[in-house]
Amino acid sequence: MSGLALQSVVKEFGAFRAVNDVDLTVPHGTFVCMLGPSGCGKTTLLRMIAGLDLPTSGAIRLDGEDITRVPTHKRNLGMVFQSLALFPHLTVGENIAYPLRIRGAPKEDQRKRVDELLSMIHLSGYADRPVSKLSGGQRQRVAIARALAISPKLFLLDEPLSALDAKLREAMQVELRQLQQKLGITTIVVTHDQREAMTMADTVVVMSGGEIRQAASPIEIYRRPADSFVADFIGQTNLIEAEQDTLNHVTVLGQPVPGLQLPPGAAKATLSIRPEDVHLTAPGAGALSGKVTFVRDLGGTIETFVDVAGRQIVAVSTPRARPEVTVGQEVGIALTPDCCVVLSK
Amino acid sequence: MRREPPQTLGDYSPLLFPAAMLTIFFVVPFGTMIAVSFFQRQQGGFYTPAFVYDNYARFLSAFFGGVLGFSLMLAIAVAICCVVLALPFTYLLTRMARSVQVVWLVALLSVLSLSEVIIGFAWSTLFSRTAGITNILVALGLMSEAKALTPSFAAVLTGMVYQAFPYTVLVLFPALVRLDPTLTEAARTLGASPLKAFFTVVVPALRNTITATLIMVFIFALGSYLLPQLLGRPQHWTLSVLITDQAIYQSNMPFAAAMAVFLVLVTLGLVALTVIAGRKGEAA
Repeated sequence: MSGLALQSVVKEFGAFRAVNDVDLTVPHGTFVCMLGPSGCGKTTLLRMIAGLDLPTSGAIRLDGEDITRVPTHKRNLGMVFQSLALFPHLTVGENIAYPLRIRGAPKEDQRKRVDELLSMIHLSGYADRPVSKLSGGQRQRVAIARALAISPKLFLLDEPLSALDAKLREAMQVELRQLQQKLGITTIVVTHDQREAMTMADTVVVMSGGEIRQAASPIEIYRRPADSFVADFIGQTNLIEAEQDTLNHVTVLGQPVPGLQLPPGAAKATLSIRPEDVHLTAPGAGALSGKVTFVRDLGGTIETFVDVAGRQIVAVSTPRARPEVTVGQEVGIALTPDCCVVLSK
Repeated sequence: MRREPPQTLGDYSPLLFPAAMLTIFFVVPFGTMIAVSFFQRQQGGFYTPAFVYDNYARFLSAFFGGVLGFSLMLAIAVAICCVVLALPFTYLLTRMARSVQVVWLVALLSVLSLSEVIIGFAWSTLFSRTAGITNILVALGLMSEAKALTPSFAAVLTGMVYQAFPYTVLVLFPALVRLDPTLTEAARTLGASPLKAFFTVVVPALRNTITATLIMVFIFALGSYLLPQLLGRPQHWTLSVLITDQAIYQSNMPFAAAMAVFLVLVTLGLVALTVIAGRKGEAA
């Protein structure tokens, strides 16, 4: 099979299990974002793919070949580190040429490839500058160009954009995704920024506690989270308990919601309802009713906090679709069954 | 933190004490020595104030030139050996667990506490025929019979490298600890074997530190005068040995002073050359 495959990969540091039995398949040419809170094992997993750490058990395959014990320098990959790790004693051009020089490429070819890469990252003419004279975004691009110099089989990035300011980061996300699509290279990015993951990835892998909680397309992750951790971690959500009696009538926060179905036989389940799916109605018109406790007007969107039987539910709407509500007002909440995701756990 | 240049005379007062100490115990004696180097020697161990170049003229002979050349060569050899040995050692040490580092650093510091005399006699025993390391090689069947390894140039070099090694490690250690470990990791992901990464990233990134360490060990080794006598033959004696000989045993202060001044000038010249060469290399 072409692409990367992780099979029952485990990594232990002493008694601590950083990565616990991870299976993952990354088809050739896809862009994968590994997303999770700090300490979830995502960086350790990336380091094992790079060969900088050895798995305690399990196998890593690249294009069908077992590379678990292949030393890093023989894996033909490109990696961008969080610190960028540009060589301070080399110029921009020499940094980009480093992987070619190490492999003994002729000087003429090195220069040609460096020029090619510099124009790709919009830094033509910067070859002779010292890396210390570049701005943050420029260094970022040089690190990316250096990692791509040999057209690697795998392109790995560890929190590559975290050092940039918010505006530049957003721009680089788009640029990185476009670059990856142009080159068709299998790419794995570790990030804790979900916007970044949603922007760039074909597949988002949500990790927590050393395990993969869900691996799916960004929209699938958002629309159909596998569990309450994923639902809560990706975007904003309302997690509400629902109960079902023997006659399959479902009640949410003590109020019956007709049309909603839990899995057959389940007495209880957690519902995930995205704030933009929560529609406010006139009092008594919706399935639930509550009292407005706070209104956060952000200009582009308005968040309304509603207290329903002691639970806070957040509704988001645009100003045009905004119902006229004020703090303390009684409102109804419409729940359509297709907006409620029933979580398995 | 306030970082302004000193404004009033009072701001310079913290400098007074070190400046006074430096003047009394370094500048004045050194000035005296320069003066003495031009004095006229009197038979019987005294000298009269004069301004003659005799002492320098006498120094410009093949014999003293040879000794000066040997001293410089020995100091350069010690400096290179120390850095070549200490750089990989210290690099590996910085990558070890904290507890291992502490054990090694304490061991190295304890070597520093040994006097030159003890180091010299210890190595002369280790290199002797009757009780030396060759006996171990004989016992292992690697040599047919024990032999003396001292006096010899190799013995002098070994003793001096042993003495200077801890200094070298201690000077290199902070720079290597501060070196970003992701630099070598990046080199490895880009296709460099660990050895290649060391030579293409660690060594060039530390070029200035390495130059500074070479100069430090060189100067340290230049002053050594006990180990060459304990472990070497007379042709392995350094200029420092001859200076001591002239000053103490021949009672020829003006000539000893002239040699010392000459040694200082040559050393300063070499250090300046190294620094200039280092600057040029950086600009290129």
